[in-house]
Amino acid sequence: MAADERLRRTMMFVPGNNPGLIKDAGIFGVDSIMFDLEDAVNMNEKDAARYLVYEALQTFDYGDAELVVRINGLDTPFYENDIKAMVKAGIDVIRLPKTESADMIHELENLVEAAEKEFGREVGSTHLMAAIESAMGVVNAYQIASASKRMIGIALSAEDYTTDMKTHRYPDGQELLYARNVILHAARAAKIAAFDTVFTNLDDEEGFIRETKLIHQLGFDGKSIINPRQVAPVNRVFAPSRKEIQNAQNVMAAIEEAKQKGSGVIAMNGQMVDRPVVMRAERVMKLAKANNLIDAEGNDIEE
Amino acid sequence: MEIKQTALAGTLESSDIQIMLSQGEKGIHFDLTSDVKKQFGEDIMATIQSVLQAYDIENVLVKVVDKGALTPVIKARAIAVAQRALDLKDEPNWEVL
Repeated sequence: MAADERLRRTMMFVPGNNPGLIKDAGIFGVDSIMFDLEDAVNMNEKDAARYLVYEALQTFDYGDAELVVRINGLDTPFYENDIKAMVKAGIDVIRLPKTESADMIHELENLVEAAEKEFGREVGSTHLMAAIESAMGVVNAYQIASASKRMIGIALSAEDYTTDMKTHRYPDGQELLYARNVILHAARAAKIAAFDTVFTNLDDEEGFIRETKLIHQLGFDGKSIINPRQVAPVNRVFAPSRKEIQNAQNVMAAIEEAKQKGSGVIAMNGQMVDRPVVMRAERVMKLAKANNLIDAEGNDIEE
Repeated sequence: MEIKQTALAGTLESSDIQIMLSQGEKGIHFDLTSDVKKQFGEDIMATIQSVLQAYDIENVLVKVVDKGALTPVIKARAIAVAQRALDLKDEPNWEVL
């Protein structure tokens, strides 16, 4: 698996045929930008969107954001050219919609590898992620998540999923509980990221925050978002508390002390600090830095 | 190369550019509308012209309505309209990208 510890709190959908939104996508501080060639693009404009995203990727500076593109599904005539264009453009991650089996990932991987060779990209440099949008996808979630070492994440896409389940979305999200947990476990077992679905009612900020708190509690890496207004609320939910930061700073100090003593054992308050504690502390420090709660050296920023 | 059909790409939304190619005689002729024609008209036409040349399109009327598009947008719309005019919508020319 392409396991890494980068923050993926927010993945913002950007319609692939909209020049205004594409050029501005880098200014909102999202962790991942997802250019959409699929549902956000009219059938007659698939070619134009592909060229637009391609040229944007050659030119615009999106800073540290991870760049993702949602291609059209493998049952469409756009699938293969989308893959070629995005591999040639050097996209970080290709997101496959409506993923139902590991074989769909294998097929995608073969085409990606062929395109990498054709366009002189390093083989293996294009990562993959899968959107789970059906009961079949949920049932096969772990096989999908572990189908390729290029995989960096799986995402729940609730609109199609709830339709497939003969229900619809409710404010309390009970209908998504099983899918969320299955997708999360599949991602964790495969050591990749888990992304929650979008919250489409922009006027219901309270509901959005409630849902974000729930998926944060469950253990998701982050949430798919459809509007820059949703960035700050998600980041606030994912921000560590003052107490968590202090504890992480203590762990970091203990690590530093052990290093200076040349000791292999890290001790804090007379107790041994084991690996899960260190990993959690590192993640807290990263989140605190991303929220500007501490500086680059790990010291508090006065409020 | 002669274009096979009149084609259109792009929209009239802000930050976009709409380009129409139609059958022309003797060279590339522009009809450009843009609020920034005075400052950037030459650049806009040069960007489109270089794409048309990459496709060997020599005789064509190019009607352009610019809404403040940046260079990569102009280039992307020029590629889309050239592919459409040559009836190659589903066969991207990877060398031009």
